[in-house]
Amino acid sequence: MSEAVLIPHNSTEEWKLPSRGIVGMACLILAEAAIFIIFIVAYIFYIGKSLTGPTPHDVLSLPIFATVCLLSSSLTVHFAVNAVHVGKRTLSSLWLAATVLLGGIFLTTTALEWYHLIYRDGLTIRTNLFGTTFYSLVGLHATHVIVGLILLAFALLFSLRGDLTPKHSERLEVLSLYWHFVDAVWVVVFLVVYVLGR
Amino acid sequence: MATQSPVNAILDETTSSSTHPSALQILHDWLTTADHKKIGLMYIGYALLFLVVGGFQAILMRIQLAIPNNHFVSPQAFNQLFTMHGTTMVFFVGMPVLFGFGNYLIPLMIGARDMAFPRLNAFSFWIAAFGGFLLYFSYLGAPGLSGAGSAPDVGWWAYAPLTARAFSPGHSTDYWTLAILISGIGSIGTAINIVATILCMRCPGMKLSRMPLLVWIYLVMAMMVFVTISPLTAAQIMLLLDRYLGSHFFDTQAGGSAVLWMHFFWVFGHPEVYVLILPTFAFANEIIPVFSRKAVFGYPAMVAATVAIGFISLSVWAHHMFTVGMGPGANTFFVLATMTISVPTGIKIFNWLATIWGGKIHFTSSMKFAIGFLFQFLVAGLTGIMLGSAPFDWQLSNSYFVVAHFHYVLVGAILFMLFSAFYYWYPKMTGRMLSEKLGTWHFWLFVIGFHLTFDLMHIPGILGMPRRIYTYEADRGWMMWNLLISCGAVIQTVATLIFVYNLIWSYFKGPVAGADPWDAWTLEWSTTSPPPSYNFAVIPGVSSRRPLWDLKHPEDPDSNYE
Ligand SMILES: [Cu+2]
Repeated sequence: MSEAVLIPHNSTEEWKLPSRGIVGMACLILAEAAIFIIFIVAYIFYIGKSLTGPTPHDVLSLPIFATVCLLSSSLTVHFAVNAVHVGKRTLSSLWLAATVLLGGIFLTTTALEWYHLIYRDGLTIRTNLFGTTFYSLVGLHATHVIVGLILLAFALLFSLRGDLTPKHSERLEVLSLYWHFVDAVWVVVFLVVYVLGR
Repeated sequence: MATQSPVNAILDETTSSSTHPSALQILHDWLTTADHKKIGLMYIGYALLFLVVGGFQAILMRIQLAIPNNHFVSPQAFNQLFTMHGTTMVFFVGMPVLFGFGNYLIPLMIGARDMAFPRLNAFSFWIAAFGGFLLYFSYLGAPGLSGAGSAPDVGWWAYAPLTARAFSPGHSTDYWTLAILISGIGSIGTAINIVATILCMRCPGMKLSRMPLLVWIYLVMAMMVFVTISPLTAAQIMLLLDRYLGSHFFDTQAGGSAVLWMHFFWVFGHPEVYVLILPTFAFANEIIPVFSRKAVFGYPAMVAATVAIGFISLSVWAHHMFTVGMGPGANTFFVLATMTISVPTGIKIFNWLATIWGGKIHFTSSMKFAIGFLFQFLVAGLTGIMLGSAPFDWQLSNSYFVVAHFHYVLVGAILFMLFSAFYYWYPKMTGRMLSEKLGTWHFWLFVIGFHLTFDLMHIPGILGMPRRIYTYEADRGWMMWNLLISCGAVIQTVATLIFVYNLIWSYFKGPVAGADPWDAWTLEWSTTSPPPSYNFAVIPGVSSRRPLWDLKHPEDPDSNYE
């Protein structure tokens, strides 16, 4: 009953397969990108279609500083991965701390921007189509930043405790892929919301 | 067909434990499992459960429509029935049953011991299962609980502005949105797992060009899930924002667009059809060659056609929207794109015919259903071409002709091939053969019931009967057709009950299958039936597309021809 044929395994040829962590993250990024595309399409479709004010031109200003912070955090996380790869613990903690700090600054600027928009300009998600699409798109991106920051903070914690050894470098690399994606999305959001939409 | 493998069999000693586990232990085992085979079987069982529920809803609707001026169910209940039937069949039958087969078969076919992320796999299953539970929980409770006691009734595509707070008070639409959002997360998780498993877990020698076609097609299907389910997820988030935070995405009063929802829904909705049917193509690619005793014809063409279908199907969604008034430019584009997709599907059909051609055909129940699939898929494709041309669609959009067309795809093609897959892989999953006698009854009754229902359903559509209609006047001339359609539905129900009985009876009394009852060629047949939890005692190595052929015919292995 429990018969099974045995297929011999000839180990002469080399057999290399891609890392499942990186493939899995690439797939997740593809799926997330599709979600962002729909929100961006909605944003572009509704540019200039609000029936009432305020308009983007009235209330939005270019978040240059926040953008610089977020984009440089892509560099710092890359350096952190390199540091973990060669086993330099202090250096990796330092770069991870810098990444978390830069991401934190970005989030704070977003929070301040929203605070002003809501209390100074009276723009909420219910005000008009601009408010609807702006808060949902920027909010969706900010949610991803928060998730990334939580994961990076854990990585920093592990690094400070000395648990982040070279054998974990691939995991940190997977996380850094996610972070690069979040940054890349910001470039698109920036162009659509603050350049094209204004 | 008994196993004739010329190689020495090995005995698997670890499975024969003498103590019997208690029922509680078995339950604990299944609830906490991360084994791809158990998760696959749970997906399949869960889908079968919902298949019965969705079928029951269909029967209720057919009783309601069998005669004119009928009041068998209330109009409100009827709206809930067609909404729940559609939603259930697409999201809680189609997706889980296909993910179930994929989960079960892919690691076995590529010589792996599990999926790439076993715990993500379990998570995806349970969250999808929770989505189904949430959808049906809407039937419970009382209107007193903020209208919680009402099932969704906005149709399975839930067009705006019907879903707005003003027109859909209470929580029925929220149940619909959340159930789909949640099960979508499960779908993305499983799709990630499928891609990572296929790319990263193949056994030595299993190059991409040697993978069974089933695995190839599941790879394309999983890639499509990312770009198909995600837009729906995004649209559901927007709908939730509209309903809960008062945003205006689909609120025409504030300048929002109801047509935007249509686009977002069908950007999901059309490729979803291909997400559902590609796995059944995958089954056909394994089953038809084995029962024709020939290697599949045109392997590279099959792969290319699958990838082509994947891409083209992303650009045809608005053929569901010809009556919206998109203008001649957009209409022409979507007509042409829709016509283009018949090229790769035509290639597939010709390849299957060429595989059967000159073969030594074994007419098992599995093969019978596969042949039914071929024929009915062709007919469904032909009515698809009719509806895909805008002027024709203007006449028949939203009529029973459309309902007949897509049921021809979903039942005539997808469900038929699924039945075929059940007859083919049930021996591997349980160690027992399904009864061929009951299978023959199942097949012929289902064929008769299917054609009675869905061939005839085209006619009231042409005569002007709109879909989703609650009842109709006697003088419309639709009565005889509807009565016959309903009779066909009863015959299909009887056939399905025979199938369910066969599944249960054969589990206990069916003939013992052995490892390789069909004398097949792919790796899943090289291990025991059912396989041990680690699948393969030794990780196999392959040197051609048909490793078991090579084993059984060392004098003329496939690897000589690669
Ligand atoms: Cu379509």
